[in-house]
Amino acid sequence: MAAALAARAAGVEDVLLLERDQHLGGILNQCIHPGFGLHHFKEELTGPEYADRFVRLVKEDPAIEVSLRSFVVKLTGDRQLSFLRPGALEEVKARAVILATGCRERTREMIAIPGSRPAGVYPAGLAQKMVNMEGWIPGKEAVIVGSGDIGLIMARRMALEGVSVKAVVEIQKTSRGLVRNVVQCLEDYGIPLYFQHRISRIHGRDRVEKVDVVRVDDEFRDIPGSGFEISCDTVLVSVGLIPENELLEMAGAEMDKKTNTPASAEVNQTSLPGIFACGNAFKVYDLADSVTRDSELAGRAAAKYLGRL
Amino acid sequence: MKRIMTCIECPQGCRLEIDADGSRVISVSGNKCKRGDKYARQEVQAPLRTLTTSVLTRGLELRMLPVRTSKPIPKGKLLEAMDAVKRLVVTSPVKAGSVVAENFLGLGADLVACRPLNKI
Repeated sequence: MAAALAARAAGVEDVLLLERDQHLGGILNQCIHPGFGLHHFKEELTGPEYADRFVRLVKEDPAIEVSLRSFVVKLTGDRQLSFLRPGALEEVKARAVILATGCRERTREMIAIPGSRPAGVYPAGLAQKMVNMEGWIPGKEAVIVGSGDIGLIMARRMALEGVSVKAVVEIQKTSRGLVRNVVQCLEDYGIPLYFQHRISRIHGRDRVEKVDVVRVDDEFRDIPGSGFEISCDTVLVSVGLIPENELLEMAGAEMDKKTNTPASAEVNQTSLPGIFACGNAFKVYDLADSVTRDSELAGRAAAKYLGRL
Repeated sequence: MKRIMTCIECPQGCRLEIDADGSRVISVSGNKCKRGDKYARQEVQAPLRTLTTSVLTRGLELRMLPVRTSKPIPKGKLLEAMDAVKRLVVTSPVKAGSVVAENFLGLGADLVACRPLNKI
């Protein structure tokens, strides 16, 4: 939305905004905690409030056509798009394309936690959607893997919902999340945070029953004799995000395989002329406000490419 | 008595040093802005937090409506507030900012909607 609005402000006359969900706002809709907007709006908002500010501006602008429940299935290097919407497969040719496709979560499989495969192991962001948007509480006793912001925020969220959050287990020496989140999400609720520890095994046949935790040294090797068990029925995995750039790859853009972002000399640029990437699809940011700033740059870059600036 | 705390007002997370006599704050240092000073004084006297959660809906576009308290409430009241939130059901369409429960738990803060929701 920020890219669309910035492109419009820079003189672009006709914008089509494709959204696969039934509402605009993406991940902000499930991020119901405060902490958004301090830079952009100079006040502290929740995720849905932050999104709503942009939704109102987008709706006010008749030159931005919004197409919801529209899933882009194809993008070519010469900017032909195919998207599915209820009841139709549409094709459109754009003079410039901005990809604001965000991220996916890394999963248990990607960090290879050994053990059985019982129910009760969730990516933290999925659990966030379940709790905040569907009203489903995933379990009664939880252990959280990883101390990034999503893990910390979910620790607090689960504690508020009456779940006993037994531990946050972090393999590194420090948290990747913001200090304020360690304070207000863990310390406020007395949730222990184990640095330099990892989950070495998940136990349970049908449902998670317990996890083994072990201390690791500076080279991430297990320290013999340091293991202990935590009984729990739920494990939330918060171990980072991967930019979702399959469309860009499909279009033939050069990719940085390590980060799954476009190989690019300049911010928002891809190797394909007229195709831009912004926000968490370009680089994983800590703050939504930074995503907005990045997306506004992309909107202006697209306008410049179209000769409107 | 010296106390060290981390400011939670913004993502910078300043390390605050507070000199206090019981709940009476004598000085605050380490803060990079005014909010830090205010936070430290409040935190020593009576910690406050804004509660954000979601409320069950019936007949609206989404199953849950995200809500927040219109101003921070005592930290010690958070779990009590959550129990009360679980007894609420929202059935009428709302806009961002619509009051869902007035003077929630008598704490002087309203529970307000964080997004619009229409009828299905």
